[in-house]
Amino acid sequence: MPTAAPQPAPAANDYGSVVHDLSREVMTEWMTQLQDAARTGAPSAYMMVSGNCVEILRCFDILPVFPEINALQLAIRKKALPYILKAEEIGYASDNCAYVKADIGYTLSEGVGEHGSTPKPSLIVCNFVGCNVYIKWFEHCAEMLDVPLVMIDVPFVRQGEAVSTGDLHYVMAQLRGLITACEELTGVKFDIDRLREIVGHSARAEAGWSRAKELCKSRPAPFDCYFDSINMMGPINALRGTKQAADFFDAAVAHYEMMASRGLGATDEEQFRVVFEGPPPYPYYRNFRNLFAAWKAVCVQSTYSTVGGTWEFGFRHDPDRPLESIAEQMLLHNLCNRTMQERYRQIRRYVEEWEADALVIHSVKSCRLFSAGQGDMREYFTKELGVPTLMVESDLEDPRYYAEAQMKNRIDAFFESLQYKRLRGSAAEAGPVLKEGVSDALRRGH
Amino acid sequence: MNASWSRPAAGAEEVIRECRTLVELLPSQALARARQSRPDLRGLGVFPVYAPQEIIHAAGLMPIGLFGAGAKLETTRADSRFQSFICSIARSTLELFLSGDLSRESGFEGAVFSSICDVARNLCSVAGRNAPGVYVEYLHLPQNAATPAAREYTRREFGRFRSNLAQHLGRVIDEDDIRRSIVLYNRVRALIADLYDQRRERPGSIRTADLFAVVLAATCMMPEDFVPKAEDLLCSLREGAPVERDSVNVVLEGAFCEAPPIDLIDAIESAGCQIVEDDLAIGWRIFRGEVPVEGDPVAALADAYLASSAYTSVRHDSARPRTRGLLDRVEASGADAVILASAKFCEPALFDYVLFRRALDERGIPHLKIEFEEKMWTFERLRNEIETFTESLLFD
Ligand code: SF4
Ligand code: SF4
Repeated sequence: MPTAAPQPAPAANDYGSVVHDLSREVMTEWMTQLQDAARTGAPSAYMMVSGNCVEILRCFDILPVFPEINALQLAIRKKALPYILKAEEIGYASDNCAYVKADIGYTLSEGVGEHGSTPKPSLIVCNFVGCNVYIKWFEHCAEMLDVPLVMIDVPFVRQGEAVSTGDLHYVMAQLRGLITACEELTGVKFDIDRLREIVGHSARAEAGWSRAKELCKSRPAPFDCYFDSINMMGPINALRGTKQAADFFDAAVAHYEMMASRGLGATDEEQFRVVFEGPPPYPYYRNFRNLFAAWKAVCVQSTYSTVGGTWEFGFRHDPDRPLESIAEQMLLHNLCNRTMQERYRQIRRYVEEWEADALVIHSVKSCRLFSAGQGDMREYFTKELGVPTLMVESDLEDPRYYAEAQMKNRIDAFFESLQYKRLRGSAAEAGPVLKEGVSDALRRGH
Repeated sequence: MNASWSRPAAGAEEVIRECRTLVELLPSQALARARQSRPDLRGLGVFPVYAPQEIIHAAGLMPIGLFGAGAKLETTRADSRFQSFICSIARSTLELFLSGDLSRESGFEGAVFSSICDVARNLCSVAGRNAPGVYVEYLHLPQNAATPAAREYTRREFGRFRSNLAQHLGRVIDEDDIRRSIVLYNRVRALIADLYDQRRERPGSIRTADLFAVVLAATCMMPEDFVPKAEDLLCSLREGAPVERDSVNVVLEGAFCEAPPIDLIDAIESAGCQIVEDDLAIGWRIFRGEVPVEGDPVAALADAYLASSAYTSVRHDSARPRTRGLLDRVEASGADAVILASAKFCEPALFDYVLFRRALDERGIPHLKIEFEEKMWTFERLRNEIETFTESLLFD
């Protein structure tokens, strides 16, 4: 009887590239729109990623522009440094967030406007959600580009999980102000039903996001929730509210479900499951990733991926309460607007529920929102919870802070010690003892 | 550019000496001093830039400015929690918590922080975790004065501060007590404003190094104790005889949060600058006029913060951009130049430098950028730099 030759399983990376390619497709379409708008002057608005209200811009067909994504792309393409230096020439300090410097340097080099790839915005919407640098950044853009700035001041979370009515009213009043500004800019009357529809697309994308992250609980995890999550972060943060983004998530989830059901992972043989805290070093993204890949370490959850929203914990935009849910998302359901202690709780849940072996903190100089106090975080996780924690430093934008050899040494030493402990433990029982150690400590309820 | 220095009259010298001694103390020591005559008094730390001191005072507590620990305390444990690229005030303030200086045993109820920057926000959370039992409050002060909703929001936020504090203390914070505290702090602010006028109108009557010590002393004394001292000081200063001296009149800008070492101010002055306006400890003298005591006093404080407070680098106010604020400061004080002094690693100040520099350049106003940190021991290099700057202005 003829037997079918077994098909060689495609390398895990081929699976990974499916979602990457899908993401690239939708993101490229948006970037093409940006380039077109730079020439035509179609209405566009600057906005920040964290806890944004992009749905409102969409309601008026105002093209959203995210300077943070611009900075990120400059870094990942290794083009950031000359722009950073250009900004430093006009007075920015070496200690200022380099995202800002790269973007401003780019603006000063005619990257913004009819000769550039980014449209000069018709409006600058400063969704001040957590990061105080946002305010400075957009004040500078407003002054340099001579464009009106609309401020949305979102009070920081300061009473746990409840949104106070006062805060909610304050944010909603400002969102209504933004709506008026958009009406004036476009001459289009606000249509709440259109907003409901847009918010419905958001909710569908969020459900997909959430499901995809949930799938990383499987062993092996179907994708790396740090390095691969940027494939999802673009669509969820920049394209949220579009049908394309929602469809993208449907396709991504279907793909990851397939992988999980077949036992396929981000890496061939997953050895270590880690949680990542802090933004990645975009100028050395691949190098940095390889240092973990060498140990077959996979990230199963990351805080950085939640700067826009913590949807994995259940929040969804709500078509029945479109404006309220937009305000709630800005106030409560994103990493940036929450305290360090809440971030510790978030990470702790990740370690526990996603069954991680360790925590890796990438501390970046540029972003004090993330980094200020990460030493305390390390203290808490190692000393109080017994979670092995590695802390390394560089930057998310400025290539001058990345020291490859030193980075490699630290990472290798860390995983060597994890491996050693695991080997020692496996003499007593099969399976990663370390994981049990972590869970035990967590159960002790520190 | 002809300015002058005076030797303060004897009475003034005594007050200044006292203030200088006071600002050398750690918060717990300053509190202990105030407790000598009020054994039951407890304190609440106020991290810069601003929190409504009146509400704290009306709660029967002493509001104490937390400006870091300068060179008074060795940072041992906080350095492992806040990286080297974080400003010194954040690290030394955490050290104050870790070392027990701001503990209940030292007489502190806790501390209040506000939304000035990413570092202060994380510090608040980290301090809270490391000082169990200490009451830590975080105020989100409004960043959008342009929306009509800001008024209601700010009133609520100040109200929340009052009710949370009252709940923590287990006692009511009475409206009349808040009014009395407003009257008292109005007086404190008016006296400091008079001292500032004195410095500007009678150049050289008081050195800024001394004035700064006096203002800092106001943040670590009960206002009842500060008022008579400031009144004495003012009287004595009016009697002092000026001494002629060539100098450049400057505005000092950028030190709104971390306090520069007083020796740094000394260095600026001895390098030939007469500081005629500054933003030192600005949160403690933030209102441009009196806060009214009629009606709801908490609302009055909130309204004053929103509508009639001085600009700072940590607040967005579209109707009153900071560059305009700085230019007004220069104009009103008749300054010749600006010294932009920021705490090392202080992002709000470092970012503002870019726009300030642009605005000053456009108007041909000379400026010099300097950076400081708490543990600075030698000021020689800075003094030389400033001297070169002043000489270029005096002799060009
Ligand atoms: S400080 Fe961090 S969150 Fe803020 S703009 Fe810079 S990178 Fe983004
Ligand atoms: S010195 Fe600057 S960075 Fe440091 S806490 Fe104060 S405002 Fe923030």
